[in-house]
Amino acid sequence: MAVVGPNGSGKSTLLMTLLMLYRPTKGRIEYTDSDQRLEESRLRSLTSFVSPYLNLYDQLTAEENLKFFATVAGGSVTGKQIDHLLAKVGLQGRGCDLVAEYSSGMKQRLKYAVALLKSPAFLFLDEPGANLDEEGKQLVAGIIEEYRSHCIIIIATNDREESSLAEKQLRLGQ
Amino acid sequence: MPKSSSGLVSKSLAVFAKDVHLELRTRYALNAILMFAVTTLAAVSFSVGQSGLPPKLLAALFWIVMLFSAMSGLAQAFIREEEVGTALTLKLMSDPDPVYIGKLLFNFSLLTVMAALITPIFFIFTDAPASGIATFILVLALGVIGLCSATTLVAAIIAKASVKGALFAVLSFPILMPLLLVLVSATEKVLDGGAIGDIATEIQFLVAYGVVMVTGSVLLFKFVWQE
Repeated sequence: MAVVGPNGSGKSTLLMTLLMLYRPTKGRIEYTDSDQRLEESRLRSLTSFVSPYLNLYDQLTAEENLKFFATVAGGSVTGKQIDHLLAKVGLQGRGCDLVAEYSSGMKQRLKYAVALLKSPAFLFLDEPGANLDEEGKQLVAGIIEEYRSHCIIIIATNDREESSLAEKQLRLGQ
Repeated sequence: MPKSSSGLVSKSLAVFAKDVHLELRTRYALNAILMFAVTTLAAVSFSVGQSGLPPKLLAALFWIVMLFSAMSGLAQAFIREEEVGTALTLKLMSDPDPVYIGKLLFNFSLLTVMAALITPIFFIFTDAPASGIATFILVLALGVIGLCSATTLVAAIIAKASVKGALFAVLSFPILMPLLLVLVSATEKVLDGGAIGDIATEIQFLVAYGVVMVTGSVLLFKFVWQE
């Protein structure tokens, strides 16, 4: 599903609220599995988010970032899996570089690698193509295509091309 | 990502190791703490020198140096996460408990290193009596635990505020005051030649303070972190 609307209409806020990062001022949000309410830590393990608001550790390398986030998320990654993830987002051979040395587009690609560390049931993408070149945007389209069969993907965007990837649209601010 | 058997301990150690790694690369908190400690100790040494200060004054001076050095560096653990925008990523990837325990371990290590550097310099500069050094180290260790547990939670509270420095001092003051009074009292007795039996009440308080603060802050942290 794509969430579209003009600047300031609340697209990012809606995503953050769905991710339980913001508390709704009215109503409540619940995720259920077979009528059982999902606990927050379980929900955390099932959701991934890519956004310009998220940052990674600049003074760590890409590999160190991936290893750290995999461990705190309750899993582990091998060197081979890291290489695979980095190749998937077009950063092969750059795993040992400090993130501080990355361009904004490369950082955005690395955020996708971090998001895909989990096997998300919900993938939230806020301005998925932000800072990405044409090849990067193709890569994101490929990831959306790969995950849409087994994952609920919610995209907040103003880009027509990105919103056209969604089956449904939610228009805000009108 | 394959699930590992890693529980709270390995997640907390990952946060701790990450903070150590970042600190060694940036020297953000270490430089702040060391510069404050060195300048304060130098000022104390130049102003009072080896003039045989009474134990009460020596004890107060020592803990003032420790307190302000700690306050200049310990808050960085959470402030840095907020300032560079990694707090949000951490919230999405990790449960709150490992974050707090990892940060607490990091602050404890930082303050232990600081205490190991400050204490010998303090004894040399002020010519304080070093006869009861083992008891002094016990009081110091309990003081470090108390300072860390109290300031780490306050650091998490103030990390999102715009006036961090002032808020940190204001919120820390009532929590740290009883701890400081007891630490000064215990240190005074030790410097005055008192044995461990003479400070039994103070040690009981310091142990209780450490246990209550660590337990309380672990229980409260998730509410602070999720707000």
